[in-house]
Amino acid sequence: MSAVVAEHDDHHADDHHDHGPAKGLLRWIITTNHKDIGTLYLLFALAMFFVGGAMAMVIRAELFEPGLQFVDPAFFNSMTTMHALVMVFGAVMPAFVGLANWQIPLMIGAKDMALPRMNNMSFWMLVAGVLLLASTLFMEGGAPNGGWTLYPPLVLQPITVGKALPFAVFSVHLLGISSIMGAINIIATIFNMRAPSMKMMDMPLFVWTWLITAFLLIAVMPVFAGAVTMLLTDKFFHTSFFNAAGGGDPVLYQHIFWFFGHPEVYIMILPTFGVASTIIPIFARKPLFGYASMVWATASIAFFSFIVWAHHMFTVGLPIAGELYFMYATMIIAVPTGVKVFNWTATMWKGAMTFETPMLFSIAFVVLFTMGGFTGLMMSIAPTDFQYHDTYFIVAHFHYTLVPASVFILMAAGYFWLPKWTGHMYNEKIGQLHFWLSAISVNILFFPQHFLGLAGMPRRIPDYAVQFADWNMISSIGGFIFGLSQLLFLYIVIDTIKGGTGEKVTDEVWEDAGKHSLEWTLPSPVPYHTWETPPTIVPTEHVLDHH
Amino acid sequence: MNKIKKLFAGATLMALGQQAAQADYKLNLMQGVTKVSHDIYDLHMLILWICVFIGVAVFGAMFYSIYYHRKSKGHQAAQFHENTTVEIIWTIIPTLILVGMAIPATKTLLELDDVQKSDMTIQITGKQWYWDYKYLNNDIHFESHLDEASEITHRTKGADPRSVPNYLLNVDKPLVIPVKTKIRFVLTSADVIHSWWVPDLGWKKDANPGFINEAWTYVDTAGVYRGQCTELCGRDHGFMPIVVIAMEQADYDAWVKKTSDQQKQKPDLSDQNREQLMAHGKSVYLKNCVGCHQIEGSGVAGLIPALTASPKVTGGIDPLIGFLQAGTSKMPAFSKLKDNELAEVITYIRNDLGNKIGDEIQPNKITPVYEDD
Repeated sequence: MSAVVAEHDDHHADDHHDHGPAKGLLRWIITTNHKDIGTLYLLFALAMFFVGGAMAMVIRAELFEPGLQFVDPAFFNSMTTMHALVMVFGAVMPAFVGLANWQIPLMIGAKDMALPRMNNMSFWMLVAGVLLLASTLFMEGGAPNGGWTLYPPLVLQPITVGKALPFAVFSVHLLGISSIMGAINIIATIFNMRAPSMKMMDMPLFVWTWLITAFLLIAVMPVFAGAVTMLLTDKFFHTSFFNAAGGGDPVLYQHIFWFFGHPEVYIMILPTFGVASTIIPIFARKPLFGYASMVWATASIAFFSFIVWAHHMFTVGLPIAGELYFMYATMIIAVPTGVKVFNWTATMWKGAMTFETPMLFSIAFVVLFTMGGFTGLMMSIAPTDFQYHDTYFIVAHFHYTLVPASVFILMAAGYFWLPKWTGHMYNEKIGQLHFWLSAISVNILFFPQHFLGLAGMPRRIPDYAVQFADWNMISSIGGFIFGLSQLLFLYIVIDTIKGGTGEKVTDEVWEDAGKHSLEWTLPSPVPYHTWETPPTIVPTEHVLDHH
Repeated sequence: MNKIKKLFAGATLMALGQQAAQADYKLNLMQGVTKVSHDIYDLHMLILWICVFIGVAVFGAMFYSIYYHRKSKGHQAAQFHENTTVEIIWTIIPTLILVGMAIPATKTLLELDDVQKSDMTIQITGKQWYWDYKYLNNDIHFESHLDEASEITHRTKGADPRSVPNYLLNVDKPLVIPVKTKIRFVLTSADVIHSWWVPDLGWKKDANPGFINEAWTYVDTAGVYRGQCTELCGRDHGFMPIVVIAMEQADYDAWVKKTSDQQKQKPDLSDQNREQLMAHGKSVYLKNCVGCHQIEGSGVAGLIPALTASPKVTGGIDPLIGFLQAGTSKMPAFSKLKDNELAEVITYIRNDLGNKIGDEIQPNKITPVYEDD
């Protein structure tokens, strides 16, 4: 049951063509090592998390009180637009690609990603794309301010968006190419480079969820690229895809966008499911409940993500048949999602749980993601969505599914794997302090937004009627505490890299982790090159149901 | 839950030395004033309670487990990892709940979709950044702008929004409708996508340029119902509220008569003194120009030209009149402005906003370039 590590280290001495990282800064520019690239992705994502977070702080500061205090409405709109784009494309997605880079080869017994040079290229294209996007902040007329959804005709309007549009469009192209290359790499690695004895249904769930996510990325990033290219030609080459006066339809854009957009939100949550399914069993000291059903639930959620897009458009004027279809299809997603939550709960049930920081974040994820799921279910009911749509209710909904879900799990993953990667233990006390501050403040931040939405406050407004004042102020206070608390995470990451508690971590790091997944059978810190000889036996703790 | 939240909210505000601005916190969806809005409210409460029930069950089990099945209590981990029966149950039960939800939801949706047999039709056109209402049965047609007090307050640093009644939720001319009448709305837009939402009516509907959407309402009780634009429509998206006044039929008839009489009146084109021109001009400016050109005439760098020291503004009168009436690819045509309004606003922009030409433009000086229908 537990793994036997092939003597990969012994081979290292005979390895003549590659001795380790290049010296100096150049190492990070030319690297093709999956661990280095994973680190680059993760650090870049962390930096962008703070950039996007700073924009959120501007938003919450302006909304602290009614009246316009700090920013102009157009800049406010730029902030909501850029906050979303930076967080989605600069922070959450790259962070998961970083985890994939680090973990997938380690978990499947591969010595690197299948396409290492392309791996390097996809990272640097990401940086180029995000910098291009960020450059619009300094342009005449400001950054895009038509919302991250870039709806025409607003985003094409000369009095609304200045010179930023083509830069945003090309940025999306670069980010899209980067994502697609990353996804191809992940699929190629998983299909071709698994340890010989690892069948598909032996793979850790993190690998499974990423495999499915990678297919989503390849399917929808080109759609988004196409949609924004049509914006570009409408703006500069007098096409009329989205212009009714020329025979087009602005709502067509929304269909195309959300055909990308809905799978996109699952791109940010499916790997989250994988990490949670990896962490919870280890700290419950129990095998994951229902491995096969987890795989199938993930696959069916991914499938449904392609056929529910117009639930983002219930108020746009769909025909009744469309409203009914998209309502029913959306409601169905609650079933596989429910299965996952039940499985995690059953995994904890009758375990022998301990509550180190990664587990705390994972439990908070299960609870708070489920809250986001509940409001999602409420909004799937089209007639009630006529009230909720485009209010703070949906702002609360998607932030629950993104912040205390995706972001919390990224934090959990950091605490969980940093000791493995660095060989140092993080400071558990500060980790738990970070958890409690984050978990409490995130609810002060987002829970009142449900009330605001139900009471009638639209989203994307810089100023509001005075009856919304109290909850906005509370929400902002929660936001400031949450924002500041994340500096603790930054501190912990740096501290752990520099040596952490000084405690020597074992190869397993966490009790019996080696029974669950291959990376824990490697030395800590993980050597620069691993699995040059694939492991012969793989852990099966998580897949007992068919062994 | 609500109580705890209220207490918490109160404590936070007290800690800040703030007085709670509103005595009653609104925490839940409003029931509204139509049958459909009540149906929607009932659906909302039903699905909310289902979620609460499932949440209590799942989180209850989880927290029980977290409390009792912990290593520090010496609990030994069981090693089960699957149970087909349980897995089938927790797939089927949610499915049945969803089917149970889908039935009333479908009913309400079908009801909302049925715009047949309406008694009157109102056309709603979203414009940056106000609403345009046209009563298709009796030719009443007017614009509904954010009221002046809110307009000035939100554009003035340090002004106190709490001193303005219905701050940002008040308009100069509300939409007036009769009660107990099925009213059909047709919605469209003149520029970008807007969305018309009055929570008390139970729905919102997008106003798409070049397309027409339909919706309807039937209000039971007379009253004032407020709402806002809910689709991001540019810089002043937050400043185009909706006010609907539902009246008893007799009051409504009187309003229709009064309003159509007013509309038939010819505009007063007699000369005005400087103060009158400037004061009226400011009102016209606040309704029509301020959204883009800003309260001080500064425009927006890189997007919208300033009026302060603009040669178009301070140059010849006739080209300026023509320019306002014709518009450009960026600026809408203001042919809707009457001669007196044009005279007033031209006087205002030439003698305020940092400009000081010192002239007075009288309504009879306005020569038509384009006539509106």
